[in-house]
Amino acid sequence: MRDVAVVAFSQSLSKRREADRNEVEILIPVIHELRTNAGITNEDLDFVCSGSSDYLAGQSFAFVSGLDAVGAWPPVCESHVEMDGAWALYEAWVKIQMGYADLALVYGFGKPSMGDLPLTMALQLDPYSVMPLWPDAVSIAALQARLLLDGGLLSERDMAEVAVRDRAHAKENPFAQVKGDFGVDQILADPYLVSPLRKHDCSPISDGASAVLLAAGDRAKQLCKRPAWIRGIEHICEPQDLGVRDLTRSRSVEIAAEKAGLGAGKVDVAELSAPFTHQEILVERALGLGTETRVNPSGGALAGNPIMAVGLSRIGEAARRVWDGSADRAVAHATSGPCLQQNLVCVLEG
Amino acid sequence: MSSPREHSLTTSHKLEYGYKRSLGPVLSRFFTGIRDRKILGARRADGTVIVPPKEYDPDTSAALDELTPVGPGGVVKSWAWVSEPRRQQPLDRAFAYALIQLDGADTSFLHVVDAKEESAMNTGMRVVAAWSDQATGAITDLSFVPESKNSREDAN
Repeated sequence: MRDVAVVAFSQSLSKRREADRNEVEILIPVIHELRTNAGITNEDLDFVCSGSSDYLAGQSFAFVSGLDAVGAWPPVCESHVEMDGAWALYEAWVKIQMGYADLALVYGFGKPSMGDLPLTMALQLDPYSVMPLWPDAVSIAALQARLLLDGGLLSERDMAEVAVRDRAHAKENPFAQVKGDFGVDQILADPYLVSPLRKHDCSPISDGASAVLLAAGDRAKQLCKRPAWIRGIEHICEPQDLGVRDLTRSRSVEIAAEKAGLGAGKVDVAELSAPFTHQEILVERALGLGTETRVNPSGGALAGNPIMAVGLSRIGEAARRVWDGSADRAVAHATSGPCLQQNLVCVLEG
Repeated sequence: MSSPREHSLTTSHKLEYGYKRSLGPVLSRFFTGIRDRKILGARRADGTVIVPPKEYDPDTSAALDELTPVGPGGVVKSWAWVSEPRRQQPLDRAFAYALIQLDGADTSFLHVVDAKEESAMNTGMRVVAAWSDQATGAITDLSFVPESKNSREDAN
């Protein structure tokens, strides 16, 4: 295996509504900042890979215009996944492992404010037996939350504590959207949004983008004083129908963590992209994190959820803490599909 | 004098992808069953039954072709109360999305329970399928309602 590291990261603000900028205009400063900070130009890039969803733009091949943010010259070897940018990073990692690239630019972007995001998410469900019922993303997550609550596997208070923790951490994150000091009793007094979920149980709807630079071996050492080496990366998918899955645990996170070798050492920092409070608890449990791990120092997805970039941002946020020495070993998590259907786990070390 | 509108040619224009897609050997039988007001599940090698049926076992990938009737009653395993339905959603009044384990099935099925109010919902309650007057072979041909003593006798 080649040594591959995350060497640069940039992100936009997570904003409820980017009224005046389209996706490309959100991306341009993010990509520009990444190149400037790393001291590279387009000529240095061997591979470019992006993650986005045409369903958010409501237009086929919408991702092609995203490439305008990178620039049309010189011609690049380029690919795209209709997934979070974390999976674009996985593709770039494979490309580097195969020897086809030494330096790769990865980015993810989404502007969900143009539509009704919870309803748009229904389009990822079975098109014949489920989607025509239009179960929105919050209702689908609420079905999972109630299974956990009825089973005594967590309480509404546990869920509120997750929201309070992430929002407090996010005060240190200038890019986060939902932040501040909240009381558990205070937010538990709020009405249900879709029972048994309250607003604080749900990630915000965020427009935004992020970008990461991956480099191999010596190239990584040239570009970064203390590269965040990818020591394990794996993604696992569970079956499509909710009814055939055990929704009270995350088997795919458990398997991905094991294959990525997470248990081989102490974890200083974990950055999780679970979009609902109960799912953050499930991911934490599936990763087997203990009290020595600082979870979501950035606030995680509950503090800012630029869909299609949020998982990639978790890898960037984890890497940042390896670069500055505040973590020797960190884990980043990304998710896709209803109720944590598919999960990616990435282990980074200094 | 006539208004300009009367002299204007107007025509409707519907933007769509005008194609039809075969549902395949298993879902075709499932939705034909729905049109005939029957719910079918697929029996797996271990004898358990999944609903909706799949062409392949989600765990073992074995091909599935034995379909068996399930329901029309079942048990609510989980539910989410939608107090403000969106325009696209199946009911224009508050309702529940629910995971329902139909009688004779081993997995649950995502559908809608028309329960009128949240206090009528609880995990473990029994519900029964209610069919629209004109079944067309779509998942929206049915919804579920709390099972009353009468509906139980009808089903039997």
